[in-house]
Amino acid sequence: MSEWRPQVLVFLCQWALKSDSEWAHRTELPPGARIIEVPCSGRLNPFLLLSALQQGADGLLVVGCEPGRCHYKEGNYLARRKFATLQSFLAHLGVEQDRVQVVWLSETESGKFPGVVANLINTVRQLGPLEALAKRATISGSKGTGAPCTIEA
Amino acid sequence: MQELVQAIREEARRLLETGQVELVIGFAEGTLPMHSAPVFVRQVADTNRLTWNSFAENNLARYLRGVRNKKVAIVAKGCDVRAIVALINEHQLERDNVYIIGVPCRGMMDRRVVTRRVPGEVAAVREEGDELVVDVRTETGTAPQVVRLPRSELLHRSCATCIQPNPVIYDVLAAEPVEVWAVDPYAYVREMERRSPAERAAYFAAEAARCIRCYACRQACPMCYCEECFVDHTAPRWIESGATASGLQGWQIGRAYHLTGRCVDCGACERACPTEIDLVYLNGKLRKDVWDLYGFEPGMGLGQLPPLAVFLPDEGPEFRP
Repeated sequence: MSEWRPQVLVFLCQWALKSDSEWAHRTELPPGARIIEVPCSGRLNPFLLLSALQQGADGLLVVGCEPGRCHYKEGNYLARRKFATLQSFLAHLGVEQDRVQVVWLSETESGKFPGVVANLINTVRQLGPLEALAKRATISGSKGTGAPCTIEA
Repeated sequence: MQELVQAIREEARRLLETGQVELVIGFAEGTLPMHSAPVFVRQVADTNRLTWNSFAENNLARYLRGVRNKKVAIVAKGCDVRAIVALINEHQLERDNVYIIGVPCRGMMDRRVVTRRVPGEVAAVREEGDELVVDVRTETGTAPQVVRLPRSELLHRSCATCIQPNPVIYDVLAAEPVEVWAVDPYAYVREMERRSPAERAAYFAAEAARCIRCYACRQACPMCYCEECFVDHTAPRWIESGATASGLQGWQIGRAYHLTGRCVDCGACERACPTEIDLVYLNGKLRKDVWDLYGFEPGMGLGQLPPLAVFLPDEGPEFRP
């Protein structure tokens, strides 16, 4: 298991941490973290989080704007209820609560972003690979060429 | 019980005769003992088919959306009415189109439990006070043996922990309200919460593995009314469509989470499940969280706002880095 490296996915609100210097922090991210930009944390479909966990992510981070600073006025308030219940539900199913984190970061707090990601990776490293949920099969093959695809469970 | 059935039939007859409603949805005797079946009564002559007993377990609110532009009467117990209220609050039904014949409910009995408790085939059942009297046939050609079982041991799990056996709204009540039994509705969920994450993961995996993806839980649920279910989406395909471990778990998670703040705890999903998956522990967790976090219980009154569609600016959790 020495080769295992935590894979974490960051769903980042496009309005949080929004300036050139702040985006530079992306380059400081530890390996294993990937960023997916979303229009608003309130627009994030919980099924995307579920899909990520079922497709190999060991940890998830949702970054939204802090309360009162949502570009769309109330997206993060709605996200708060959505993710509070989702986090708790996943924990009930055996997904350790710390694997799925939600953080509010306003524009002025972007310096904290790499630290938050590193913290998640460290937490996930200690917890080990996600084993509470079964993984989705991966489909490999040559798309669009008519060659047969193989599905590995 | 007989007076209750009489009251339901008379009310149905009056409503159809006066033309107040086009259709009465209720229960009729099924073809087998302990199987009461939903019935759609359109003619006065058929109102005699209506009945009521402790096996009227389906949630009839399920059918209302299909006839929502008609004037319809429904024979509804506590949980059915909660589902109707929740559907009205979600703008799926018009209050004026539904005539509710409310039935205070003492809890429905689980025929699976009855079948397991008796030594042979159930030939007939009747209710006497707090007991279910079962005629059991052990061998063909022999006279049935009589077994008496206490009602309290036969209740469905969601019925045993029911918090609202009396209809919250109604147009007419077919019997006197029953006393609400004081129980902790979340005792079972609390018990599950005390287990370790690894134990819970193993339990969930074992439960989900029994799923055969028949979607009976979805079809029985009064609140599952999406025109296209997430599980039928192909672009994107949210979860695996096959009966794989990941697909089965994805279905169970998605179905339950989609009912956050919407599940009225009627237990229809669990009763419909052919493999008896523990769905109460999934739905119950979400109901408990919504209650603990937002003090919300679905279907308890008209005008309630869905908890995931509203918010308070200064509520928790903090989500501070």
